[in-house]
Amino acid sequence: MLQTDSLSFSYFNGPSFSFPNLSVRVQEVLVVLGSSGKGKTTLLHLLAGLMDPENGSVTINGQSITELSGKGRDRFRGQHIGMIFQQAQFVRSITVLQNLQLARSLAGLPKDEVLAKGLLTELGIVDKAHSRPNELSIGERQRASIARALVTRPKVVLADEPTSALDDENCRLVAELLHRTVTGHGAALVIVTHDGRLKTRFPNSVEI
Amino acid sequence: MRMLQLAYANLKEHFLTTALSVMLLSIGIGMVSFIVTVSEQLNDRFNRDIRGIDMVVGAKGSPLQLILSAVYQIDNPTGNISLDEATKIQNHPLVKYSIPLSYGDSYKGFRIVGTDSLYISHFNAEFSSGRSWEKSMQVVLGSTVAERLGMGVGAHFHGTHGFEEEGHAHEELHYDVVGVLSPTNTVADRLILTSIESVWDIHHNEGGHDEQQQITALLVKFKSPMGIMQVPRLINEKTSMQAALPAIEINRLYELMGVGFRALQAIGILIMIIAALSVFISLLNSLKERKYELALMRSLGASPTKLFGLVVQESLLLCLAGYTFGIILGRLAIMTLSSFGEAQFHFGVAQSGVSAIEIWLLPFTLSVGLIAAIIPAIRAYRSDISSVLRNE
Repeated sequence: MLQTDSLSFSYFNGPSFSFPNLSVRVQEVLVVLGSSGKGKTTLLHLLAGLMDPENGSVTINGQSITELSGKGRDRFRGQHIGMIFQQAQFVRSITVLQNLQLARSLAGLPKDEVLAKGLLTELGIVDKAHSRPNELSIGERQRASIARALVTRPKVVLADEPTSALDDENCRLVAELLHRTVTGHGAALVIVTHDGRLKTRFPNSVEI
Repeated sequence: MRMLQLAYANLKEHFLTTALSVMLLSIGIGMVSFIVTVSEQLNDRFNRDIRGIDMVVGAKGSPLQLILSAVYQIDNPTGNISLDEATKIQNHPLVKYSIPLSYGDSYKGFRIVGTDSLYISHFNAEFSSGRSWEKSMQVVLGSTVAERLGMGVGAHFHGTHGFEEEGHAHEELHYDVVGVLSPTNTVADRLILTSIESVWDIHHNEGGHDEQQQITALLVKFKSPMGIMQVPRLINEKTSMQAALPAIEINRLYELMGVGFRALQAIGILIMIIAALSVFISLLNSLKERKYELALMRSLGASPTKLFGLVVQESLLLCLAGYTFGIILGRLAIMTLSSFGEAQFHFGVAQSGVSAIEIWLLPFTLSVGLIAAIIPAIRAYRSDISSVLRNE
């Protein structure tokens, strides 16, 4: 589902990174562990096609994302990759449900309110569908961001430090929720984190 | 979810800055629309009333006052002139025709003007009912007078001395309405027309004056431009009357008013420029605040062009709101001015349909919005999503 090959990146007047080859299949979870400054977020952005690697390639669902450019890559990202950030961010001027619909619209997919509401129900926040993101608690926002990542039915979900700021109990709950919902929707999950607690939960891990 | 919906939601989210920009735009657009419409309407009405009148003869005084009182019926007359002297002008070989006017009375604020039937034909007025006067104390109502006073053929009324509604009434004699004119969109609509003899009769009866017969003014049409060259000078130098040329006096009036109009128009445009700056600053600030949101949208599949379009749409929506409120504001100002003009001079500024300036202001306003959006939109287009997301 997701494969990388000899991926490397150098910042102008900054650090250079060479990443190990990664491979993750449908309904699998891969944890990429690394301490600060090891290029975790850089790797995540390379996997999402937000940056161009210096060398190497990223292939998702048989398509080399590094070979795509411009609108094609944006569209591919919208349709095949879901992203979850450490701080759950939303477009503040619209409701949670509209944020989910916006994600589909930006990916060039038709509106699917049933799917969006179904995801919110599954994540226990359907009552917040018409609330503004700033009216949600941190936990609810994190759930809403998982729903948004899945609303386009992506092949891969990339999560950036989803548990770093959480205590053990919440870390376990979020990890469980991510695992269950992402793999349950037939997607592969890549978690990029420095949170060693996830290594014990998900055996398929790589250190950078 | 459409980008337009999102643009609208974003504007609503920043209500105060949006409202400020819309308000500034509205004031600018309203002012420009108001000034241009009023100056066009005045121009149009002044030109319509003046058509076919080459010279006005009246008592010595301000030539502009003479024109305003005799042609537009919105000022006090400069005095009276002798009918004998006026007749000499009427019989001048260069004069094609002339229309005597005698006025000084009114009814409920509408002026009663003694004249002859040429006045009616000069304005191409037709009778919607009744006929012209045949003897003294018979009157023909202009269309506006008939409509406002709810009077028609067969009605009677007593005239009032002067032009104020509260003036002394001529109780001894009453006027009989014998005809009503169709609308002409000229000064004739706002007048009560009667024969010169009616005006003489009512004042002779009242005051018992025994001096020679007088009129207030004479409207003159020349046979050729030679008349304009010779006759006014002759009158001004050789008689106790004054000759005023409407074209020159009205141009002078336009010049006087033009300074004010141009100043107000410049202020309106200045406000629009300030509004454009306000739109620019509010978009720029909003983008700074929303840079993570924009990066997020890119991560969700939005192309840079889409973000560019979003910013442009926000600006255009804002300008469209400013335009709409501005046009409403302009129209309200015109209505206020019109009701004031109606109350003071029975001279309103009517606006029906969409005016040319209102149509032109739309692309102009949208262009302002487009220009104000360009730099913020380019910033959104060029934003480095990866670095924004990294620095969340």
